[in-house]
Amino acid sequence: MYKLVTKRVLSDVSTLFEVEAPLVARKAKPGQFIILRIDEKGERIPLTIADSDPERGTITIIFQEVGLTTKCLAKKEAGEYIADFVGPLGKPMEFPEHPGRIIAVGGGVGIAPIYPKVKGFYKAGMDVFSIIGARTKDFLILEDEMRLVSKELHVCTDDGSYGRHGFVSDLLQNFLADGEPIAEIIAVGPLPMMRAIVNQTRPYGVKTVVSLNPIMVDGTGMCGACRVTVAGKTKFTCVDGPVFDGHQVDFDELVARSRMYQAEEKQALGHCRCGCGGEH
Amino acid sequence: MEPNVTKKHPMEEQKPAERVKNFSEVPYGYNMETAIAEAERCLECKKAPCRQGCPVEVDIPAFIGLIKEKKFGEGVFALKDKNNLPAICGRVCPQESQCESFCVRAKKGDSVAIGRLERFLADWELEHGVDVPELPASTGKKVAVVGAGPAGLTCAGDLARMGHDVTIFEAFHMPGGVLVYGIPEFRLPKEVVRKEVDYIQRLGVKLRTNIVIGKTITIDELFTEEGFHAVFIGTGAGLPTFLGIPGENLLGVYSANEFLTRTNLMKAYLFPEYDTPIKVGKNVAVVGAGNVAMDSARTALRLGAENVYIVYRRSDKEMPARLEEIHHAEEEGVQFNLLTNPIKISGDENGWVKGIECVKMRLCEPDESGRCRPEPIEKSNFVFAVDTVVVAVGQTPNPLVPQTTAGLKTGRRGTIEADESGKTSRAGVWAGGDIVTGAATVINAMGAGKVAAKAMDEYLRSLPTT
Repeated sequence: MYKLVTKRVLSDVSTLFEVEAPLVARKAKPGQFIILRIDEKGERIPLTIADSDPERGTITIIFQEVGLTTKCLAKKEAGEYIADFVGPLGKPMEFPEHPGRIIAVGGGVGIAPIYPKVKGFYKAGMDVFSIIGARTKDFLILEDEMRLVSKELHVCTDDGSYGRHGFVSDLLQNFLADGEPIAEIIAVGPLPMMRAIVNQTRPYGVKTVVSLNPIMVDGTGMCGACRVTVAGKTKFTCVDGPVFDGHQVDFDELVARSRMYQAEEKQALGHCRCGCGGEH
Repeated sequence: MEPNVTKKHPMEEQKPAERVKNFSEVPYGYNMETAIAEAERCLECKKAPCRQGCPVEVDIPAFIGLIKEKKFGEGVFALKDKNNLPAICGRVCPQESQCESFCVRAKKGDSVAIGRLERFLADWELEHGVDVPELPASTGKKVAVVGAGPAGLTCAGDLARMGHDVTIFEAFHMPGGVLVYGIPEFRLPKEVVRKEVDYIQRLGVKLRTNIVIGKTITIDELFTEEGFHAVFIGTGAGLPTFLGIPGENLLGVYSANEFLTRTNLMKAYLFPEYDTPIKVGKNVAVVGAGNVAMDSARTALRLGAENVYIVYRRSDKEMPARLEEIHHAEEEGVQFNLLTNPIKISGDENGWVKGIECVKMRLCEPDESGRCRPEPIEKSNFVFAVDTVVVAVGQTPNPLVPQTTAGLKTGRRGTIEADESGKTSRAGVWAGGDIVTGAATVINAMGAGKVAAKAMDEYLRSLPTT
């Protein structure tokens, strides 16, 4: 059993937990993830390691309520326990080979997973220009934390309820256009956003990496549920990723595969055991 | 009951029409009368040729003799002297090609049903309460076992019975390895696995789940930080092989590993009571003809598929599955398409599988190696309309440990190199089971765990006492 040490509600739909997992905390590196299961009947789901504290022996996870497991997890309180928590899994992120600016783009659900990467660059003494955006103000999280580790932070909302009115791609365009050399762009968010960003940067020939979050079961290369086509070859996100060269990723296939259990995901919400009743 | 000399006593089992609707175990096992009658068929040969067919050297005539005398408790004791997991072995060992193939009775008729008798005794014990043998004084030596599958459980149990302090590290949330994620409930009930793992723990073996050796802790750290004196690696062959044909990433295409792990370990057959879903259409193609393919095909039927096709590029003689598994699959209505090779999976506009294109094959004359290579028959292409494809063409060793352990020699196919005692190129590190041999059987993995335990015991006793 793994103790949920602290809880912070970041927005109506986003929650942060620090989880007691000393062995994972000792090893975790930016870009890696964990797999958790709430109880005996639960599903195994992957979540990015948002932060780790080896001294306190904790791992921070941040998640948006998108399905049964995340909804039930959000109902938990500090001091409660979850059944399983395993990691760190996947490859740590790499640092860019070329000099120049690093631009981090986090959209909606992608803000949480981009944060540890920006922090990783920051700790390595690199300047990161960050862009975060969401549909509306309520979905915008970690603004203060992102500001602390970024050289510049640009914020936008689709509906103009906070920050600049527009999409993260609009803000990114300014960087692509201003002529300053860019070492790498890292984009994390919903699949349509990541696809839009890689299409946007492709003509500029700027290296653009994405961090993927497909359906997984074991997270150790055993099942192949998380397979993705990169540069024409099948890769397993859990062991070969989760970070890949975005210009090489087959997003059409990823989008299709993400819908594999759409019907079952809806059905599961009607059978929750935590009392959330699957409400939205 | 009159002892039947030439035939095995049949074992009652669920009728095919009934069992395809549930996940309950297919064979019921012998009752006491049948077990005793079958035991009477054993000649208790002095030389006991059957024993050379057993990778863990069980004293077969001894336990069968005790069944004859109705001394079941003592029979269990004789059985478990060599085999820590008899209820599992009694169900999944390929006895027909091991102990039973050496049985003198097999020269004229059926061999003694050694496997069924083993299961009978093991089940008798699970029902009547499991006793733990007296353990020797502690040697003070700590051993780490990586992987709670058949090899690791056996090695751990034996080392504990030799007085060592053993801890098993398991990546999944539950011990058992392939016994819980791979082999279906209807062939090996998970309650049986749980009870046998419980026995291993009662021998003093500690179990730490949710730890991925190579990620959470490395082999080196097991020595330097966790204070272990020796390590056994039994991480198995967990990596799925795909066919490398177009369309393999379409929706509805599963590796057998994923298909079985969702169903068995995550209990997707009980969705939505359990949270993990699985999707099975009306028409399912399972590619391959080994035990894993049979398990997948029979699972698909139980999950509601109407037509399940085995697609295999060689002929029936080359099918690697146990005869019993093929027989059960046939009885249940699995349709075998042999000398049939898939070349492409096609999908609909939403990316879902709609068909698998195959080509008919013929076997050419055997070459010098004696194996017939299948070759495609021109213009014999045809399409099965299916909505699910399960790829069951083999597994390869998991690279997580070799990749993160300096000085551990590996073979060409990613296996860890080890000598006949399981000793690897790293001092204090042994390995056994599928990680050394490539995908094989539960009992061979157990045999390797047993051999390694013996060698590790010698090594541990040669170390200075701390």
